[in-house]
Amino acid sequence: MTDLTRLSASDLAKLISTGEVSAVEVATAHLDRIAAVDDRVHAFLHVDRAGALEAAAAVDRGEITGPLAGVPIAVKDVVTTKGVPTTAASKILEGWKPPYDATIVERLKKAGMPILGKTNMDEFAMGSSTEYSAYGPTNNPWDLGRIPGGSGGGSAAALAAYEAPLAIGTDTGGSIRQPGAVTGTVGAKPTYGGTSRYGLIAFSSSLDTPGPCARTVEDTALLHAVIAGHDPRDSTSIPQPVPDVVAAARLGATGDLTGVRLGIVKEFAGDGSEPGVTAAFQESLQKLVKLGAEVVEVSCPHFEYALPAYYLIAPSECSSNLARFDGVRYGLRAGDDGNRSLEEVMSLTREAGFGPEVKRRIIIGTYALSSGYYDAYYGQAQKVRTLITRDFQSAFEKVDVLVSPTTPFVAFPFGSRTSDPYQMYLADLFTIPTNLYGGPAISVPCGLSEGLPVGFQIMAPTLADDRMYRVAAALESAVGTFTPPAL
Amino acid sequence: MSYEEILTRYEPVIGLETHVELGTATKMFCGCKTDFGAEPNTQVCPVCLALPGALPVMNRAAIEATIRIGLALNCDIAEWCRMARKNYFYPDMPKNFQTSQYDEPLCVDGYVDVEVDGVTHRIGIERVHIEEDTGKTLHVGGATGRIHGATESLVDYNRAGIPLVEIVTKPVPGLGGLAPEIAKAYVAELRDIIRSLGVSDVRMEQGSMRCDVNTSLNRPGEEWGTRTETKNVNSLRSVERAVRSEIIRQSGILDGGGKIHQETRHFHEDRGDTSPGRSKETATDYRYFPEPDLVPIAPDAAWVASLKAALPEKPSTRRARLREEWGISELDMQSVANAGAVEIIEETIAAGASPAGARKWWMGELARRANELNIELAAVGATPAQVAALQKLVDEGKLNDKLARTVLEGVVAGEGDPAEVMAARGLEVVNDTGALTAAVDEAIAANPDIAAKIRDGKIAAAGALVGAVMKTTRGQADAKTVRELLLERLGVS
Repeated sequence: MTDLTRLSASDLAKLISTGEVSAVEVATAHLDRIAAVDDRVHAFLHVDRAGALEAAAAVDRGEITGPLAGVPIAVKDVVTTKGVPTTAASKILEGWKPPYDATIVERLKKAGMPILGKTNMDEFAMGSSTEYSAYGPTNNPWDLGRIPGGSGGGSAAALAAYEAPLAIGTDTGGSIRQPGAVTGTVGAKPTYGGTSRYGLIAFSSSLDTPGPCARTVEDTALLHAVIAGHDPRDSTSIPQPVPDVVAAARLGATGDLTGVRLGIVKEFAGDGSEPGVTAAFQESLQKLVKLGAEVVEVSCPHFEYALPAYYLIAPSECSSNLARFDGVRYGLRAGDDGNRSLEEVMSLTREAGFGPEVKRRIIIGTYALSSGYYDAYYGQAQKVRTLITRDFQSAFEKVDVLVSPTTPFVAFPFGSRTSDPYQMYLADLFTIPTNLYGGPAISVPCGLSEGLPVGFQIMAPTLADDRMYRVAAALESAVGTFTPPAL
Repeated sequence: MSYEEILTRYEPVIGLETHVELGTATKMFCGCKTDFGAEPNTQVCPVCLALPGALPVMNRAAIEATIRIGLALNCDIAEWCRMARKNYFYPDMPKNFQTSQYDEPLCVDGYVDVEVDGVTHRIGIERVHIEEDTGKTLHVGGATGRIHGATESLVDYNRAGIPLVEIVTKPVPGLGGLAPEIAKAYVAELRDIIRSLGVSDVRMEQGSMRCDVNTSLNRPGEEWGTRTETKNVNSLRSVERAVRSEIIRQSGILDGGGKIHQETRHFHEDRGDTSPGRSKETATDYRYFPEPDLVPIAPDAAWVASLKAALPEKPSTRRARLREEWGISELDMQSVANAGAVEIIEETIAAGASPAGARKWWMGELARRANELNIELAAVGATPAQVAALQKLVDEGKLNDKLARTVLEGVVAGEGDPAEVMAARGLEVVNDTGALTAAVDEAIAANPDIAAKIRDGKIAAAGALVGAVMKTTRGQADAKTVRELLLERLGVS
């Protein structure tokens, strides 16, 4: 019998809709897989077996139909799920059960997609390795001694370990794409405002973007279509129709890129990428040229300031967004022994509840917003953001998409970058500019370097999410997919 | 040292920051209701409780109300502006930041004309911006009700997220000794303007309008002094008293060679003075930055123009019209306005009372009562309809002036409408001649000496017998009728 966990979401949906397998069988297969391997992978912080099976049964009863009805999914633990623990991988929210579903979770449920559980991540989505999870790191299925990327390492690892065919991630500076790259899976960051942030526990409001993760480009597009679209509960949600990303992915899969102009960013050359990463990227680029694409070098002179600008904007917003975790209304409360003042209890709660990277960013952000420093830091970073946006806009006058490696290096061993935050931050060197601009970008596996996956990033103009899916599917058709060694 | 004497040596500069709670049906950023007085924490949701992941969405009605206030205060309306986060930790503020406006207010640069003693003073408006209210914290177990010494704190988030408009004046110098009165008149005018727009019930006693008063003193010709900000000023009367008490307090310090500290002070209604609060030197750095969860506000010019065209009659224009209609002097109208009684008198007239009758009750008995209890007129316990009904009973001769006052006491005590109180307390004027004649005869019989004097032509002595009759009828007789009847019975009429 076929191992259901090895199938794509698209194939599973077909089998379920034709009645060849039941949604409960599919959910059970994945739950069993999780039970079998997750002690080694640790992709999940919480598994909702009962909830997933009940949702699957509803599909089997014919209550819900749709393109992905019955296909199970893993959801990053930073997205609220009603009645199911949601911690953002932080001690400060340990045991918190939200009384409401995020908009994207509502849409998953409406689409008949059983939620298997909540995936591990860096605490509050701050990190590139899941080493900053308060509940221990996730291990990369390609090499259990290496990081699965971050912050969404749990979602990416769940896919690579065949624990789930689909997953939800969130991308603030690369948290969907970089884990996708280092686990040999696909991850897309939609246009900012294209997917609702309502119910996404905020890290950096102007950058956070929920998005789809899968093992194939078509699956990613199918999930994208389910979760995207205007949400009146998110003021920054775009009130426009979602481009037809599924059709674009299917078009791209035909392998024809005639006339498509790919831009490579001059300033990304000499970036310190590992040689194996550069080689895999260049080979893939040649394959795209063979499919008819044209390669154009463009200059984005302000990209070199993206990382510093990001590390002022994101921490500034986070310092304010995370202020609500004070022990007053929910989550952890520390030191409330009846003798301490309110301020002391708030302070002790935050001291005990937040991990080192979260504290580092709150302190950086608090400083950057302080009276007298605002103009020099936050204000200046916003100006850089505008300049980066202009770089993108002028590049897209010359090319259809920009391409780059997703991340400069393959999955690194645990502990190798935690002692120097800057070395960790470099993982997002190529992904951050897109977040500052607000456009869509996707990471697709394009090859291996020393046996580990390399990601290829495609960046498109805002609201042209379909364009990146077309190129991504074409690349996938040329290079194939990559399977990790058996666990 | 007299207040007048102080003003010969110092010039006050005042400034007012007024918060007005908008009367929108729902909160600023979510769909929760805004009803006053609901059970604690029953009007809350993930958004106004700041649960993880929840996001705000702007209430269009609140923006519209703010723009209308701005227009009514002669402000320019920003074509584009943003909300900002004001960051500080406090448990009644669920997000630990207040969504407010900082350097991009929705309305700027307006003015309000205020009339005091026939002279018009123009008060400049610096800005009108929109923000959200906080929850309410109740500190229990301590002696003072303040956070210090309390054993626990209870928070009610019903009010958290209710839209608030903050109206900030420019500094107002040059008012001299009239500063307290003009401050009060400004707040009254502001209240009348906002009430005329129908965007808030502007009730200071319920906290839907709150004032912070800035005061500084300088010697003539010198630079403006250091200002203090007096909070907790919760009535029109308190506005006046707070400014006056700060002028007196600051002059005392300056006279002694001391320095005024920039600080927040609390006004005490009971004592009529202020005490120090948080010092600005240790004040929080609010780390304002543009609110990234909300798109900018960019009101359409045509929309703003249509809101401007639809503004109601200005209260000052209306007062001029009403003065005409009511046939009263400018000074009388001024005191009506200062007492905040324009609407209530108008409503009383609409309910059937004569202008003179309506004004008599609201500016007399009821104003006195409001003053004594330190509450707004609207809160004294009588409605315009009840006052109109009371006056009708007087006009019909069922009550005399004295009885009517007693009936009014019953009305404000919650005993019912005037007719009910009159009936229940048996206060109707006795005009049953049979009963009156008996009382008169009784008085004559009891006072034969006085009766004889009257019969002899000493009519002036009748007063004593009238008094006796009034006493036996417990004031319910009409004195004129009693006198006529008495003289008739004594055969001298």
